[in-house]
Order: sequence, then structure tokens, then C-alpha cells
Amino acid sequence: MAGCKPQTEPAQAGKKIKIPIDPVTRIEGHLKAEVEVAGGRVVDAHVSGGMYRGFEQILVGRDPRDATQITQRICGVCPTAHATASALALDDAFGVELTDNGRIARNLILGANYLQSHILHFYHLAALDYVNGPDTAPFIPRYAKNDVRLPKELNDVAVGQYLEALEIRKICHEMVALLGGRMPHVQGIVVGGSTEIPTREALNAYAERFKKVKQFVLEKYVPLVYLLAGPYGDLLKTGVGHKNLVSWGVFPLDNNGNTLLKPGVYTDGKDYAVDPAMIKEYVKYSWFEDSTTGLNPTEGKTLPNPNKPGAYSFIKAPRYNGKPHEGGPLARMWATNPELSKTGREKLGVTNLRDIGDACFSILGRHVARAEETALVAMAVEEWLSQAQPGKETFVPADIPQSAEGLGMTEAPRGALLHYIDIKDQKIANYQVTSATIWNANPRDDMGQRGPIEEALIGVPVPDVDNPVNVGRLIRSFDP
Amino acid sequence: MKDKQVLPDVQPKKSGISRRNFLKTVTGTAAGIGISQMFNPALIQALEKGLERHPVLWIQGQGCTGCSVTLLNSVDPSIADILLKVISLQFIPTVSVCEGEMAMKHVYEVAKEYQGRFSLVVEGAIPVAENGKYCIVGEIDHKEITMVDMVQELAPMAGSVLAVGTCAAYGGIPAAKGNVTGATGVNDFFLSKNISTPVVNIPGCPPHPDWIVGSIVHLLESGIPELDYDGRPKLFYGNNIHDNCPRLDDYDEAFMAMSLSDPQGCRMDVGCKGPDTYADCYKRKWNSGMNWCVNNAVCIGCVEAGFPDAMSPFYEPAY
Repeated sequence: MAGCKPQTEPAQAGKKIKIPIDPVTRIEGHLKAEVEVAGGRVVDAHVSGGMYRGFEQILVGRDPRDATQITQRICGVCPTAHATASALALDDAFGVELTDNGRIARNLILGANYLQSHILHFYHLAALDYVNGPDTAPFIPRYAKNDVRLPKELNDVAVGQYLEALEIRKICHEMVALLGGRMPHVQGIVVGGSTEIPTREALNAYAERFKKVKQFVLEKYVPLVYLLAGPYGDLLKTGVGHKNLVSWGVFPLDNNGNTLLKPGVYTDGKDYAVDPAMIKEYVKYSWFEDSTTGLNPTEGKTLPNPNKPGAYSFIKAPRYNGKPHEGGPLARMWATNPELSKTGREKLGVTNLRDIGDACFSILGRHVARAEETALVAMAVEEWLSQAQPGKETFVPADIPQSAEGLGMTEAPRGALLHYIDIKDQKIANYQVTSATIWNANPRDDMGQRGPIEEALIGVPVPDVDNPVNVGRLIRSFDP
Repeated sequence: MKDKQVLPDVQPKKSGISRRNFLKTVTGTAAGIGISQMFNPALIQALEKGLERHPVLWIQGQGCTGCSVTLLNSVDPSIADILLKVISLQFIPTVSVCEGEMAMKHVYEVAKEYQGRFSLVVEGAIPVAENGKYCIVGEIDHKEITMVDMVQELAPMAGSVLAVGTCAAYGGIPAAKGNVTGATGVNDFFLSKNISTPVVNIPGCPPHPDWIVGSIVHLLESGIPELDYDGRPKLFYGNNIHDNCPRLDDYDEAFMAMSLSDPQGCRMDVGCKGPDTYADCYKRKWNSGMNWCVNNAVCIGCVEAGFPDAMSPFYEPAY
């Protein structure tokens, strides 16, 4: 094909073509993907995080309680998750046990934002890979051949739901604010519980809004995800990845460690209990000092080196038992294996999530797991609403310890989240965060293993290198 | 100003925002509060003529996307109206459909086409250390573009710049003590690069959506709003939180909250930074008027240039 521009050369020619996508939009943060395509499929992939702020360094020397506010600013889509992880780490370090009402209030704050985040992700971040928006900015420009396969009527329904979902996700934030003060970035989650003792009026206002959200989730969001499986059925077989999963568990149901969404590790087809000591973070291909590679977060160091040769990302590569693992709704739902929604049972003819089998490990499978999880969390929110007691204490005051360590493990909507704090002289001596996107969007590790999104990109069809729509579909299925 | 894109048939040429709704936006969503604070006849007249969709490019540096998310919480006008009627948001990373080189080229094409007439929104700080390497925003022709490159190129072409959020306005959390990235706010960056495009700071971590939308509409209808010493519209940041706090009477009577969950009493002893903070949260409230920080816990002074260092520790009294 001499004389052709590389961009227009057919991928089928067998020659490898590199396609950079930078920025990957409709995500949180700065992400680049570079895929190599041969024979119409991705044969190699590099995913790069392009931004560093240095929370770990900024936190050193501060009052430990400030971490719950500062770490929320890691992510404006899921600040409640960082607040939760940080508060759990501090609860651990301070040695406080929550009141039932404090635990329930935290669940109601985090739960409302789970609903918000999943709805936002599906409609406003991911759906435009499957649906044509209005022909106006910011919905254009778009790929000339974007492989949108919906008939016009269904496309119109989806666009209508896109707009309705803007309202619904806003209502979810109102629910967060009723108990958390405001959103994004809540005041309400602190070490020792939550700051606002719910009144009957606040709970009623929450319940009234929740009713609309639940109806939207069950009647629109979940059915639309299953509807996509018709025209996009091939995407249930695309984007497998490593098939290893981690979940730390989230939404405590008591003070004994039982959670709504279960903790669990799934490696090479086997289930294991979570052991935090098995986590190590590698940095050979990350812009961090090589001397800090292979450390557990409790001994972690975060020392950037943005000019390190060979590195290509500001994201470290965490590994569980030496292997890359995917986090997120699929991992949590796999560990929990709940009964599917009525829509899910009818559409798929199976009962529990694991009955879906290998199709879970795919672009649409991850969307199905997320939608099913949204329905499950909505049911639980209803239960917590009935358990919350107006006027009952939500907060247990505690003094800052002279020196202590604390570990907070929870789940952000997008995956496993860990905060570690080391307190010395009542100040933060070390703080480490291993966030959800770090599990999914990481680069190769010291052993050369690809990160989960990189691996899942392998084999993804790119029949038209000028319009690599499936690359974005795969990346967004992880909600990075 | 015509949008160069082909607009759908349903696209009205004029905004559907009524004078009454706009007044609610600029003066506070709670009915009847603070109407007298802002009543600009020229502005109202202009609004009656209607708004035309104004090109806006929204770019992100070192931020958390929280400012984009807070914009989605706008009540009046709704985010759908903002996107489809008020402004022509030609690029915003969190919502835009386009990606990769197509997105980057589109941004620069819009800037050239509407030179001097578009507004540039900056979300997040600009890290100047290591040649800007701490924030790569995209690439064109296999050449990576940093936030420093992008602001330096786009800002002089813009008619106005809105620094949305405390990171963009003053550096915020990325610029806090201990940072190694040289995180810088827009005004300081402009000073260092001799860029003279007018800047409106809309700080807050995040800012209230009304502050963003109200400032944009003010900009379009009657120009740059009157700014305070820190470059913020006095319209929204003119009054002290403590002096206007519903709990001020408690303070005057020395009735102090002793614990974060104490439903009553002034919050100063548990760390409230209301006395050092200027914003209208006390009357506007957050998330469609549901609640606000002082009612829930404490104010941490997130709209101030010194946030977070000057406000830290958050849960110790400032005095």
C-alpha cells in the first residue's frame, strides 16, 4: 500500500497501525489510550494517566481529620467514596465504633451518590457511544461512522432518557445534600460517623426524592441497558480482560464487617478472601521513582519522577498476589452474586449474576453488572431509610491519637478504594490512596503484565481505524 | 453570534429563560431572598431581548471534575437548557462526544473561528513545574499538549476567561503546601505570561452552579461583573458568611455548638471558618436549596484564595 497515508491504510493489510486517543473524554480525569491494530483488531494497548496532583505529599503534616475533606477532591464524581474510605481509616486509627444511626446515615449519603454516579456514567458518559445525541455541540463533532445501530424511535427514547437522567442525577445529589450538607464534596462524613442527626423532615424529603430515582432506575435505566444487548449483542463477547476481580466490600450492615456488597477476590477462576497484605504497587512504567516499586500501601511511598525514561503514566500498577485485577460493579456483583432484577431474570432467563457466566466479562457485561448493582443499591437504600432513626445520635467524638495507623477499605462506584493513614505526633506522617481507577487504568507492572483496561482492549474489533468506536466503548465500560 | 454548527429544528434562536427565572438564579433560588441585592435594569432589558448562544470552551487542568459536576446541578436554568439554549458549549471533556485528536482540533478550530468572541472556562489548576508535564490534556499529530500549552495558546484568543473553582482561581488543593507540581491559578499564570484577557474568578470547591451560570449570563448581557479584591463577582461573594449566618444570634449569646452533630449553636468552636469566608451560601443553600455546610457541619472556607492551607485545620477554631 505504498503511497497511502497510514491513517487510511486498511487494518486488514496485516500491518500494525497505532491509534492514539488523547484525550479519552467522558471520563473523570485525564486519560490517553494508544492501541495497535492489526487485522481489524486491537493487538496491543497502552493506557496512560496524564495528571498528577500529589495528594499524598499535600496531606503530610496536616491534622488527620482534614484528610476526609482533602481526599474528596481526588474525584468530584465520587467524593463520598473518598470521604468514606478516609473516615474508615480514621475510625480505625482513632479506635471509634459508630452508632447504628451514624452507620446508616453514611450508607444513605454514599448510597445516594452510588445511584447518581451509575446513572451519570451510563447516560452521560457512556451512552453516547451507542446513541446519537442532538446535532449540536457538545454532541458534535463525533465520529463520521460511529456505528450507532439503534432505530430512530429507540434512539429518540434514549435521548429523552439522557435528558431525564440529568434531572434524576441532580435529585440524587439533593438526597446526598440532605444528610451530607452539599454535593459535590460533602461535609457530613467525618471520623466517628456523620455530622447531621437526621430529622423526620429530612428523611421524608430524602424518601420523596428517592421514590422518583428508584422508579427511573427500575423502569428506564435497567431496561435500556438490556435493550442495547439486542443491536449490540456482539459487545457481550468483546473485552474480556484478565478475568481477575477485586472487591473490598461496601455498605456496612452492622459493626461486625458484614456488607451489602461483599468483599472477595477472584483470581484465575477461583474465589479468595481479601487479604490487604497481598496488595503491592509497581511503578516500573509509571512516572514515579523506581526505588518505591513493589510496596504494600501501608509502607507506600509516592515520589513522582515525570521524566523517567520508559514510563508512560502517572498511575501506579497495583497488583493483588502479583496479578492485575479489575475493580468495579462487575467485581462487586461477582463477589456478591445476588439475584438479578426482574427485568434481568426475564431478559436473560437466569437467576443470579454468576449464572450469566462469561458474558459478564465484556463491554456490555460491565454495563449490565452496573445497572443491576444500581437496582440492588436502590433496594438497600429503601431498607436503610426505614432503619434510620430521627433525632438519634450519628456522631461519636474521639481525640486524635498521638500515634496510630488506620486502614480504610471500601468501594467507590468505579471500584475498590483503599486509604491508609499513619499518624505521628497527632499529625499525618504518611497517607496513601489506592483508588478505583488505579486498579483499572494502570500501565504495565514490573513483570510486564498489562493493566486491566489494557488487557481488555486486546481483541477489540476496530474494523475502521479512522473511527475506533469500540476502543472508547471498552474503556468507558470500566467507568475510569 | 451564530453557532457555526447546524442546529436541530427544535433549537430556539432565543433563550427560553424568563426574567423571573434569571432573577432567581442571580439572587438566590429561595423565593424572595436577596432580590434587592441585584437588580440591574440594563441587564433585565437585555435579557428580555433574549440570549444568543455564545461559544464556550471548557478545559480541565489539575482538577477533580467537581466543577463540571456542580454545573450539572444547575436548577434554573436547568443544565439541559444551558446546553441547548443558553450557551454553545463547544467543548467540555466530561460531556463532549468527540475524543482524541478530533476533540483537540475542534477546540483550536473553534478558538480561531470565534477569536475574541468566545469564553474560555478553565477548571483545575495549571501545573507549571517540569514544563507542564504534570498535566497532559491531549495530543495532536503525536505531539502531547500540556495544560500550560493549551491555556497559553487559547487564553489570548478568548474574549474572556472564567476561572471556575478554587483550583483555577487560586491554585486550590493542588497548590497546597507540599505540592511539587507548581500548581497555579489563572490570574497568576496570566501575570507570568503577560496574558491580558479579562478573568472572572468563580471560586468554590466546588462553586455553586448559580455562581457559574449567573456569571456567564452577566458576562454575556452586560459584561464583566463588578469584582472584589480577589477577582470574584461581588454579586455572589460580597457578604461574609458569619455576619449573615442564621446562627449569628447564637454566637452573640455565646451559645456554642460543642460537637459536630450538635443541632444548635454557633459552629465556631468546632472549626467553622464562616468569619473568614465571603459567599452567599447562607441564603442560596446548596443542591436546589436542600442544605448548606454550616447547617450540616462547618464552613471550611472553600471559596477563599487561601484555601485549603489558611483554613486548615478544618475542625479547630480559627482564633
